[in-house]
Amino acid sequence: MTAFDTSVGTHTPVIVDDREKGKFRVNRRAMVDPDVLALERGRIFDRCWLYVGHDTELAAAHDFRARTVGGRPLIFTRNQDGHVQVFINSCPHRGATLCREKAGNSRFLKCFYHAWTFDTSGTLVALPDERSYGPAFDRDELGLAAPPRVEAYRGFWFVNYDADAVDLLTYLGDAAEVIDLFCDQGLDDGLEILGGTHEYSMRANWKLLVENSFDGYHAMPTHQRYMEMVQASGVDLSKQFGKNTDGRPRSWGVELGNGHGMVGGRSGLGRALPEGRAKELDAVRRASYAQAFGEEKAERMNGTRNLLIFPNLILIDLGMGMVVRTFEPLAPDYQHVTAWQLAVRNEDPELRRLRLDNFLSFWGPGGLATPDDVEALECCQRGFAGSKELPWSDISRGMTKPYPNSTDEVQMRTFWRRWDELMNGTPMSYEHRDG
Amino acid sequence: MDRYALRFEVEDFLYREADLLDAWDLLAWLELFAQDCHYSVPPTDLPDADPLQHTFLIHDDRFLLTQRVNSLLTKTAHAEWPHSRTRRLVSNVRASEEDGQVSVSANFAVYRMRYEHVDTYVGTYRHEMIRAEHGQLLFVHRKAVLDLDALRPQAKVSIIL
Repeated sequence: MTAFDTSVGTHTPVIVDDREKGKFRVNRRAMVDPDVLALERGRIFDRCWLYVGHDTELAAAHDFRARTVGGRPLIFTRNQDGHVQVFINSCPHRGATLCREKAGNSRFLKCFYHAWTFDTSGTLVALPDERSYGPAFDRDELGLAAPPRVEAYRGFWFVNYDADAVDLLTYLGDAAEVIDLFCDQGLDDGLEILGGTHEYSMRANWKLLVENSFDGYHAMPTHQRYMEMVQASGVDLSKQFGKNTDGRPRSWGVELGNGHGMVGGRSGLGRALPEGRAKELDAVRRASYAQAFGEEKAERMNGTRNLLIFPNLILIDLGMGMVVRTFEPLAPDYQHVTAWQLAVRNEDPELRRLRLDNFLSFWGPGGLATPDDVEALECCQRGFAGSKELPWSDISRGMTKPYPNSTDEVQMRTFWRRWDELMNGTPMSYEHRDG
Repeated sequence: MDRYALRFEVEDFLYREADLLDAWDLLAWLELFAQDCHYSVPPTDLPDADPLQHTFLIHDDRFLLTQRVNSLLTKTAHAEWPHSRTRRLVSNVRASEEDGQVSVSANFAVYRMRYEHVDTYVGTYRHEMIRAEHGQLLFVHRKAVLDLDALRPQAKVSIIL
C-alpha cells in the first residue's frame, strides 16, 4: 500500500468498481487535478516500460532520433557495432542537449556549448583543454547517461526509469503474443516504420486517449463520416456491423494482464482493394499465414486488434493499415501525441500505395477519423470543468457479460484497475482471467 | 504569356480561392480541380516526402477529396461543426508556365478560430495546374507544405489548408 490518498471530498474513491452490480465509475478529478499528474509521473511513468522507437528507424550505424519519453529528452541511436543505444539527451558536463535535430546521422555527438564530444556508444572521446582538470577528472565517469533499463521486443525498443523493474518480456506478459500477431505478418521480411511522422497534440488528459484508442462503442457515432466514405467506396458495411449470421463472436475485448488490454475483431476497415494484381497479392500473402502459423493463428493475424501496452503505447491493426501511437502528458489537460505507420517490408509498390491511402484516410491529423476523436476528447476535457457537480464517468459497458465485445469496456477497466493499483495500491483484479 | 500577366492571373485565382475557403463555399472550391487530381499535405517532419513511400498528413485523390468536402458540409464532421472561422493570407506568389502546365508557389498563413483558440498554420503552396478548355486554371496537384515542426498545439488539419 502506498500513501497516495485518492479520496475526493470525504473518502470518495477515484474508482468505483462494483463487480456484482456491474458498476464501474471513474472520478473526473483523475483527468483535471495537477496533483494526480504529478503522482502519475512518479508512480506510473517512472516505473513502467515506455516505448522509445523501432529498430527500423535506425537503419544505419550512427543514425539517431531525438525523442521525449516519460518527460525525458532521449537520444535513440545505433553505435558503430550496430547496437541500439538510448541516452539522456543532455551533456554530462553542464546539461545542454546534444542532439538538437529530430533525426540524423552522426558518428560523434558533440555538445556545442563547450565542445565535449561523445561517440555513439556514449563514451566521452574529446574535450578542449583536458589538462586544466585535476587528478579526479575521469573521462570514464563522464560518458552519456542512459536510462537504467533499455530492452526490446521484436524490434520495439522500450526504456524503464526504474532499475528494479521486471524485465520487458515479463512486463508484456500475454501482450507479447498479441505483438507477434503484428510482427509475424512481415514473414521473412519483417515490418518497418515508414518515414513521415504524425506529431500532434490534444487539449485533453492522456488517459482519455487511452480509452479512445480501443473504444469500439464510439466508432459509429463519432466516425460516421469515415464510414460513409468507406460505404461510398463500394464496401458493404452491413457485413461487418449488421446481424451476425454464423453464431461465432465477431469481436471481443480482452484483459491481457499488467493493465494491458485489447479489442479485436474478425474483419477490417477501409476502402476495398481494387480487383486485380494487388488484391491477388494481398490474398496470397494472407493465405500464406496459415501455412506458416496454422489456421487458428492466421485467422487472428488477419483480423483486427487495438492493443494498449500499459500505460501509453497503442498498436492498432485494422487490416487496411497498422499504427504505432504513443503520447506524453504535459499538463492534466494537454498532451503530445506521436504516431507512425507500421508496414510490411519490401511490399509490392501498388499494395504499399493502397496501404498508405487507407491509413491516411482514417488516421492522423488530416484523416477523416482522428480529428473527430480529438474533438471528442477535447469536448470531454471541457466538460470536466463541471466535475464538482458531475464527478463521475461511466465505464461499465459489458461488465456483467460472459463474453464482452469490442463495443464493451473491459479493456478500459483493466487499464484503470492497473492505474489504481500503481497510484493507490488497490489490489489488481480481473473480470475474465485468473490473477 | 507575359510573366507579369501570369502572376496577376495566378494571384487573382489564389485570392478568389482563399475567399471560397474562408466562406466555406467548398463545392465551388472543388470545381477548381481537374478531374484527375490530388490534394496533399506532407508530414511536418518530412516536407519533401514521397506519397508512394511515406506517411503524409493528407494525400487525397478525387474520390477522397470529394468525400472530405461533402462531409465537411455536414454535422458529421464533428471537428468542424460548427464551422471554425478561418482567414488566410496568401503572398509571395510565383508562377511559371510551360506547355499549358502552370507551376505555382506561394506562402500562406491560415488562421483557424474555434472555442476561443487561434490556431495558426504557416507554410508554402506548391501547386501544379493545367488550363481547362477556356483557358481557366485548374489544380492537378494542390499541395500545402507546412513550416510547423509539429501540429502542436494545432492538433489537426480538419480545415482545408
